Amino acid sequence: MAYRWGMAVDLDRCTGCEACVTACHAENNIPTVGAGQAARGRAMHWIRVERYYEGDFPDVRVKFRPVLCQHCDAAPCEAVCPTYASHQSEDGLNAQVYNRCIGTRYCGNACMYNVRFFNFFNPEWEKPLNLQLNPDVSIRSVGVMEKCTFCVQRIKAAKVLIKSENRDLKDGELQPACAQACPTTALVFGDLNDPESRVARLSHSPRGTKLLEDLGAEPKVTYLQKQAWYEPDAH
Amino acid sequence: MNRTLTKPLADDLVRPLFHTSVWFYAIVLTAGTVVACGAAAWAFQVWNGIGVAGIRWPVFWGFYLVNFVFWIGISHAGTLISAILRLVDAQWRRPVTRCAEVITVFALMIGAMFPIIHLGRPWLAFWLFPYPSSREIWPNFRSPLAWDFFAINTYLTGSVLFLFLPMIPDLALVRDRSTGWRRRVYGFLAFGWRGTTTQWNRLESAMQIMAVAIIPVAVSVHTIVSFDFSMATVPMWHSTIFGPYFVAGAIFSGIAALIIAMAVLRKTLRLEAYLQPIHFENLGKLLLLMSLLWAYFVFAERLTVWYGNEPSEMAVFWATQRGEYAVFYWTMVVCNFVIPLPILGIRRLRTITGCVIASLGVLVGMWLERFLIIVPSLAHKQLPYSWGTYEPRPVELTIMAATFAAMILLYALFSKFVPIISIWEMRAGDRPATPSATGDHS
Repeated sequence: MAYRWGMAVDLDRCTGCEACVTACHAENNIPTVGAGQAARGRAMHWIRVERYYEGDFPDVRVKFRPVLCQHCDAAPCEAVCPTYASHQSEDGLNAQVYNRCIGTRYCGNACMYNVRFFNFFNPEWEKPLNLQLNPDVSIRSVGVMEKCTFCVQRIKAAKVLIKSENRDLKDGELQPACAQACPTTALVFGDLNDPESRVARLSHSPRGTKLLEDLGAEPKVTYLQKQAWYEPDAH
Repeated sequence: MNRTLTKPLADDLVRPLFHTSVWFYAIVLTAGTVVACGAAAWAFQVWNGIGVAGIRWPVFWGFYLVNFVFWIGISHAGTLISAILRLVDAQWRRPVTRCAEVITVFALMIGAMFPIIHLGRPWLAFWLFPYPSSREIWPNFRSPLAWDFFAINTYLTGSVLFLFLPMIPDLALVRDRSTGWRRRVYGFLAFGWRGTTTQWNRLESAMQIMAVAIIPVAVSVHTIVSFDFSMATVPMWHSTIFGPYFVAGAIFSGIAALIIAMAVLRKTLRLEAYLQPIHFENLGKLLLLMSLLWAYFVFAERLTVWYGNEPSEMAVFWATQRGEYAVFYWTMVVCNFVIPLPILGIRRLRTITGCVIASLGVLVGMWLERFLIIVPSLAHKQLPYSWGTYEPRPVELTIMAATFAAMILLYALFSKFVPIISIWEMRAGDRPATPSATGDHS
């Protein structure tokens, strides 16, 4: 049976430490653009931790929400790409073919989650930082869009491995860098087509919601959080 | 019908082709320099990366797309207006049509460059073309950008034909009056025109066919440009009103551009006898109509958004209504409605100067309208955490200035090499074959 990759993000577990962001940068060769360019909106973080504040000082609560590509089934970014650079893979990933991208940036506008990032310049790594690049991941050149791949290089490697060992993939065996780095296991990745997988069970949790679900993009990332009716001081 | 061209009229209208004033060289040199600066700016951008422009996350489309929509809008001046005026046989159209059709062709050429200029990798723009490749990959026909490609190319082809067909008798006239290399060039362009009855009949049928065919094409073009926005679930883009709203705005800005071009031609080429106050008066009335229609669309759009009170749309609504973009919004309302309404509505103010002032306002207002559609929405998408802002960089401003200079340059060159007022149509208008059904407009 085909895989259908998805993720569950437990917001009650997320501490906002941003280990996922760092791990993602290291795994996927995402360039850091420096303070000046970051101030001009050129920073690239395939996963980011959004912070929302509730209440008035000193009674303030901060809420964290890691946002990454939701790998929508009805992805608005895919339909608008004139060259098929953005398309749905067999496993349900929103794949981006860098070589096919001509940089209209339409996908970035159409994406309601703003999780697509554009290479405004050719990336550079100061020596010796260039030596830490992941050889399994291609470097993106100027003028192309890039985005979360659910660490497709790891998915490909795992598929090769289980084929060579003639066995099925074990749940939890394959993790993207963000989930692997998360100290509180707030990020759970797996195959939604396997009803016994942790991610499939969590996706059906009554604590689960989808981000901007009413826009109809059918995201494959589920956010888990204590629902309002449990809260004693719910309005 | 007597089609013989009387000397004085033809003499007057071909004079710019044979006598060059120092002003022509000054205009060509100045505009050419600005165009060259724009070309250099684009080369700079291609060399260094599109990051030299101001576009950023999450406002991925900025001035380039604003100018794209603006120029495609201006292109609705000509062919559409001229086709409608031809079909209803409005006699006052005769000196106006060619000025208008030229605007269409040049504005389209300029506007169509922006989707390429704004690409991250413009050297791969040919991937938008549907050509058989060894990889058997076609463009994605679900993408509104692919629709754009076909719509704009169809419109460009159609409007070039629509401009060229009625030029043939005039090119033949210039051919007959010139010698040497000029005679050969105009002779080639005139396609062997001899002015026989058969040729006239064929020309008239061809023009009738084009006039009918070009209207749905023109309407579809700006509808499809609006679809670039309304197909995405971006707040205040995802709107059913956008098709007609964009078409009305395009005709609005197109008429304004036409009025300004005519006023400039009238002065520089001394065409006072041909481009008369009545032509400005009539176009001014059309501009007034479009101003009212535009205001109606804006009112309908704004009221439904406000009444619907959908949170993500309200963020954009208030950002434009009284937030960071409010100064542009209210300038737009003043330029597109508050200024033109009294000037064009009061007969005494609807003079040539009045029409030009109103038109300048409309051009500014319609440019701001495109900016206000594109940027505030992208800066205020559904997730407040990813809200952003945008400001243009020098490279974008240079290329924008270069497009205006390019319009002036192309227009100056065209009116140097082709009679800008259709000589044979003016003649035909003097002796109409049948009385005009709509009465005497001139």
